[in-house]
Amino acid sequence: MSLGSVPLRYKVDIDREQCMRCMRCVDNCSYGAFRNEEGKLIVNSRKCTACHRCISMCPRDAISLKDRPVDYRAHPLWTSEAREDIINQSRTGKIVLAGMGNAKDFPSIFDRLVLDACQVTNPSIDPLREPMELKTHIGKKPSRLEFEETVDGDIKVLNEIAPNLELQTPIMIGHMSYGAISLNAQRSIAQAVAKVGTFMGTGEGGLHESIYPYQDNTIVQVASGRFGVDINYLERGAAIEIKIGQGAKPGIGGHLPGEKVCSDISCTRMIPYGSDAISPAPHHDIYSIEDLAQLVRGLKEATEWKKPVFVKVAAVHNVAAIAAGIARSKADAVVIDGFRGGTGAAPKVFRDNVGIPIEAAIASVDKKLNEQGIRNEISIIASGGIRNSADIAKSIALGADAVYIGTAALIAMGCRVCGNCYRGLCPWGIATQREDLVDRLDIDSGAQQVANLINAWTYELSELMGAAGINSIESLRGNRERLRAYMLDEGMLNVLQVKPVGA
Amino acid sequence: MCGIFSVIDRNMTRMDGSSIKAALSSMDERGSGEGAGYVAYGIYPDFPDCYALHIFFDNIVDHKSKVDELLSKWGVIIHQEEIPTYEQPSLKRQHIPWRYFFKPYKDLMVGSLTPEEDIIIKTVMDINSGIDGALVFSSGKNMGVFKAAGWPEDVANFYRIEDYRGYIWLAHNRYPTNTPGWWGGAHPFNLLNWSVVHNGEITSYGTNRQYVESNGYKCTMHTDTEVVAYLFDYLGRRHKLTEELIVKALAPPFWDEIDSMPLSKSELNRAIRLIYGPALMNGPFGIVVAQSDGIVGFTDRIKLRPLVVGDDGTKLYISSEEAAIRRVDPNIGEIYMPKAGEPVIGRVVK
Ligand code: SF4
Ligand code: SF4
Repeated sequence: MSLGSVPLRYKVDIDREQCMRCMRCVDNCSYGAFRNEEGKLIVNSRKCTACHRCISMCPRDAISLKDRPVDYRAHPLWTSEAREDIINQSRTGKIVLAGMGNAKDFPSIFDRLVLDACQVTNPSIDPLREPMELKTHIGKKPSRLEFEETVDGDIKVLNEIAPNLELQTPIMIGHMSYGAISLNAQRSIAQAVAKVGTFMGTGEGGLHESIYPYQDNTIVQVASGRFGVDINYLERGAAIEIKIGQGAKPGIGGHLPGEKVCSDISCTRMIPYGSDAISPAPHHDIYSIEDLAQLVRGLKEATEWKKPVFVKVAAVHNVAAIAAGIARSKADAVVIDGFRGGTGAAPKVFRDNVGIPIEAAIASVDKKLNEQGIRNEISIIASGGIRNSADIAKSIALGADAVYIGTAALIAMGCRVCGNCYRGLCPWGIATQREDLVDRLDIDSGAQQVANLINAWTYELSELMGAAGINSIESLRGNRERLRAYMLDEGMLNVLQVKPVGA
Repeated sequence: MCGIFSVIDRNMTRMDGSSIKAALSSMDERGSGEGAGYVAYGIYPDFPDCYALHIFFDNIVDHKSKVDELLSKWGVIIHQEEIPTYEQPSLKRQHIPWRYFFKPYKDLMVGSLTPEEDIIIKTVMDINSGIDGALVFSSGKNMGVFKAAGWPEDVANFYRIEDYRGYIWLAHNRYPTNTPGWWGGAHPFNLLNWSVVHNGEITSYGTNRQYVESNGYKCTMHTDTEVVAYLFDYLGRRHKLTEELIVKALAPPFWDEIDSMPLSKSELNRAIRLIYGPALMNGPFGIVVAQSDGIVGFTDRIKLRPLVVGDDGTKLYISSEEAAIRRVDPNIGEIYMPKAGEPVIGRVVK
């Protein structure tokens, strides 16, 4: 018996009265949902991914889109998604792939936290009139300073302080490799971070020559596939990041299909043209924390101790102890990627079920490092599902030094979070290598939009800080007094170390 | 709002408390009659080497024996007595103020460079967080805090503050918003020889508290001020920072200022901000901190609370209001207002 087809996921409708048959939708849809048959516009809704490219390009606002136009018999357990996955898997016998971050309906902890503001007993600070400092330093810091008085009465610091990255705002852009995203997308991001004085991650894809002009604002990644890694690469980056895991798929490696490995990508990654780029799940030279410490030292030696080295891990149950282990190595920062972290492609079962939310991970890492008296010696970078400036303020108040954003930066370039990145057909020219699609993304405007977003969030952060009577970001860091929880259970309050509203 | 007043005689000539009472009382407008206190240095010349532990007992029967027991474990009690007090019609007695003159056994704290101080800190934290009905509010040598819930003049009369003579005095008049009427919540706050009077609110409290707690202190007073005492003790005693450097850590210059300093200065300030970032205090405050050899006053980085300095060459006054200084010395020569974040330091000449 045939399984037949599953119901339509989206239904595209054309308002025929409005439509002027310009056929822009046909040209714009890379998934082939529209075709032009002798002047007649035909729609194949089954191909639609809700990427909104057509809708945003239609001059007549003639296109409408409906999510799940066909109802299943309602059932709280056997959701339509559960049923469809089973139907698809019984057809294919394969793992279900999915893009972007965890799509399950877990309540957001960020949305259950509220920030504080001053009233009467202390004045709020107006960022338009008073200095507001968001400058952030990421890197190793000694636990104490030693001083010496010089002959002419000056005081000199005796410690040698390891190089720190200086960020003008605590917002960085996380690792998205050339390969996972287009070169135009990566160049837009590079221009943007250079403009606002922050940093971007290169991902595990090497460093393309066209990013060299912005290399002082890049963090180069060393992941388990070691793609694109040579001394030239390490020396160009402002910092180096060892990627152990990723929030969207903790515990498994990565896979860039051979079709995406064009000649340019193969050069940047240093792999043969058209071959699959497979990053194994573990680093084959890291089987314990000592091995990691060794790799950190190895990378530092190779770059003459001039570059900060970060270690990125997925937020998993034991993340606090793992971070404490990392803090004991020479690493400068630990990056924690929460389970809502985006990705081009991940097995859906991992994306939706493995790992913990970033809010809890930050708080528990911060707490553990504090208990061990080493919190200020290492920086914490949080990532995975940060949607706005409030999420950033809350992350910092829970203990992060800075955040990485990923999906948000893509949205600033056009992405509509359709979740089909793994197909390589991104109609916005972001998650694709098809030249005609890549050309759709104008580098200068992309850069401007990303820079606008970071600037806007930075303004909002300073307003939030000013309202809370704080004029320097270090006074927000780990400052749970400025947070209250609304309707979180007591167990969660203990993990976050936040009081409930009204307390 | 709160009012603070402080004075040091650099020659260590001791002053009795009557003028301090007069100065503080001239700022009654800044308080609400729910908390006032004084601290004086040099008041116990008969016990110069003992830690003078001032303790509020809720009653002598239940709670005192536990404290006696704890102290005898860690050292010897050289002398103890109830702190003399005199009933005031408008001050409701809530505790019995007691004092111990205590000498810790140094060799009990292994692996410490400052074993005596560490024993005192441990004992204070243990009593305050572990023994109900007992609160240590003063623990330095040859100095002592006197405080209660009431107007400045009532609290002064309750302890007969004029009977004490010290070369450094800090005084505080409280307008509480938190813990009103609680004697422990009145200022000055003290730990070892550090005493703090504070006008304002510390918006970075959560960060500062975590920093001191991760270094062995326990915040037990339900107020942001105690963290200042711990920060001074931690940075001053344990990290050996001078008062100037501590103030640079607590109220540092802005990055723009640091970037435009000459290299050696900007390196120093940058290092302090990086390494002692969690000690940075935000929010509006005027603070005076005392040690046995001096006082330091400073405000937050944008001076959201007042601080006035008077100097006659021998005596240095730091106060919320000029009026209080003039109350003690009507003809004071030099009066000025320090810049935001700039430390005003008065040291004894030895
Ligand atoms: S883009 Fe809009 S107006 Fe043009 S053909 Fe498509 S639906 Fe019609
Ligand atoms: S980047 Fe991915 S999710 Fe965003 S529009 Fe392109 S394909 Fe869709």
